[in-house]
Amino acid sequence: MINLPLLPILLPLLTGVILMFFPKRIKAQRAVSLISTMLTILASVVLTQVVRTSGIQSVTLGSWPAPFGITLVSDMLSALLVLSTSILTFAVLWYSTVYLSDEHERFFYYIAVQFLLVGVNGAFTTGDIFNMFVFFEVFLISSYVLIVLGGKPEQLRESLKYVLINVISSALFVITVAYLYGIVGTLSMADISQKIAQSGQTGVLTVIAVLFLIVFGLKGAIFPLYFWLPGSYHVPPIPVLALFGALLTKVGVYAIIRTYTLFFYHETGFTHELLAILALATVVIGVIGALATRDVKQILIYNIVVAVGVILYGVAVMTRQSLEGAIFYLVHDMLIKAALFLLIGVMIGITGTSRLNEMGGLIKDYPRLAWTYFIAALSLAGIPPLSGFVGKLLIVRGGFEAGYWIGPALVLVSSLLVLYSVMQIFIRGFWGTPRRYAGKRKAVSGRLLLPAACLVILTVFYGIGTEFVRPYVTQAVDPLVDPSVYIEAVLKEGS
Amino acid sequence: MKHTNDVILETVTSVITFIIFLFAVHLFFAGHYTPGGGFVGGLMTSAALVLVLLAFDLKTLRTILPFDYKWITTLGLLISVLTASGALLFNVPFFTHAYDYFDLPLFGKTSLHTAMLFDLGVYLVVVGVTMTIIQTIGESD
Repeated sequence: MINLPLLPILLPLLTGVILMFFPKRIKAQRAVSLISTMLTILASVVLTQVVRTSGIQSVTLGSWPAPFGITLVSDMLSALLVLSTSILTFAVLWYSTVYLSDEHERFFYYIAVQFLLVGVNGAFTTGDIFNMFVFFEVFLISSYVLIVLGGKPEQLRESLKYVLINVISSALFVITVAYLYGIVGTLSMADISQKIAQSGQTGVLTVIAVLFLIVFGLKGAIFPLYFWLPGSYHVPPIPVLALFGALLTKVGVYAIIRTYTLFFYHETGFTHELLAILALATVVIGVIGALATRDVKQILIYNIVVAVGVILYGVAVMTRQSLEGAIFYLVHDMLIKAALFLLIGVMIGITGTSRLNEMGGLIKDYPRLAWTYFIAALSLAGIPPLSGFVGKLLIVRGGFEAGYWIGPALVLVSSLLVLYSVMQIFIRGFWGTPRRYAGKRKAVSGRLLLPAACLVILTVFYGIGTEFVRPYVTQAVDPLVDPSVYIEAVLKEGS
Repeated sequence: MKHTNDVILETVTSVITFIIFLFAVHLFFAGHYTPGGGFVGGLMTSAALVLVLLAFDLKTLRTILPFDYKWITTLGLLISVLTASGALLFNVPFFTHAYDYFDLPLFGKTSLHTAMLFDLGVYLVVVGVTMTIIQTIGESD
């Protein structure tokens, strides 16, 4: 079936459309969206296996030859990201069915989530730079719906900021694509890469590389463009926050990985050094933020920023090992962030507050929640048998082998501080004297814990089964270190 | 129902609306070979409906065209997605269109293209979205 790369995009799209026929029938909405997301997971598993056995899959829409039509390319990197996106969306949807109130669910919540999935999967799969912009808009517009849903005053305030920032960065995206098109005269990513390799990366192209860094940095929240994130992510309800935290910034990171390994790898002296400096500054800022706050949501939100910095540092070093580490860490971080947000969602559901000062002693009544959180926290920091370890190890080793020492040392120190920040939640929230709580979702905490625990178990397997995952990641790195693999797979009909 | 003396406006509207609507349909069908297409055709159709809204009121429009415009949007999306996925049945890349020439009784030799169906979807989405926006704003006080 040649349309296989398309299925993880088409299934949620069709589901979103079908769900729009009966937006007020909540039970049907839940059932249809859960079943279809399950099918999306199935399609992504098949896709990953096909990519594993028979190499990069590409399909050019409308039967046009490759550089002229829109190409969808599933290499191992995008297949892995699509797979983890589908899995964590399923967990979040499952959680939403318990967590959200009917009022929320009746106003197009599941439809918006399906369209968000369309946009994210599409952005991971597309092989056309303008099409990537379109898919960015698809998931951004869905995220505008999700962030304002609920209609509280602070949601209005923060969503205005969020919309404003994203409209500006989208405009900048279009302008940057226009500059690039003006120079290379093509939009297909494989063809752009080929054209740049032929003409050499002139000064103008380096400027465009930096513009792309600004655009995707605004989406992916790197220093100094992260300023909108802590406020905007604080207001939506927990399932939405889990989706945003796990997916949206990672799409920006993916776009940086793609453009910096496929287009602008000729003059790494300037662009990649800039990326490295910004990535390290991002790590520092994120760690400071995570240590400074006593709000459980805010601690995790700043940890998103830290992870973005760590992954991008791995990309900036640009050795095979560090890229492998970056991909390991990217997949790990998507899953574990979703799990952590869902877990603190249970905490907030029980206690009715997100401030640590008003919590304590949860471990007495909710031991399963506490120990699941404990494992997730260790995993986030990268304690050896768990999933965060291999990624960071490879990034640090790659950094040392490339002859740097400040960067890897900073990454190591940041792990310690990240561990400290998430252990704060454990120590202050779960230990100490128990109190009386009057959270609205106390009764359903067991049912809320289930999807989160499933994600944590998955990350544990991801950590233990590194030997099993390794060949997939190695295959994902191939087109990143050698763009000709990617170009040949896409332009095979043309040559 | 408001009572105003907009007799001229109302009379003119009932004639003009049909002309605008016909022009919109013309734009829609002309899209393949000349400027036009689903988007502008849909906008022009909404313009005709907005004119009815201006001359009369929301209630009148709802008696003339008793649709939920959200449904029209959904229907349009469904038509577009299904047209594009029709290619999946023949195992050719998504969005591959088919066309052929037919001898129709009144029009003679005409080319029929599945891109037309996709455009019909776009047309319905544009009409649905525009009217939903205008109605929602108009209804909220």
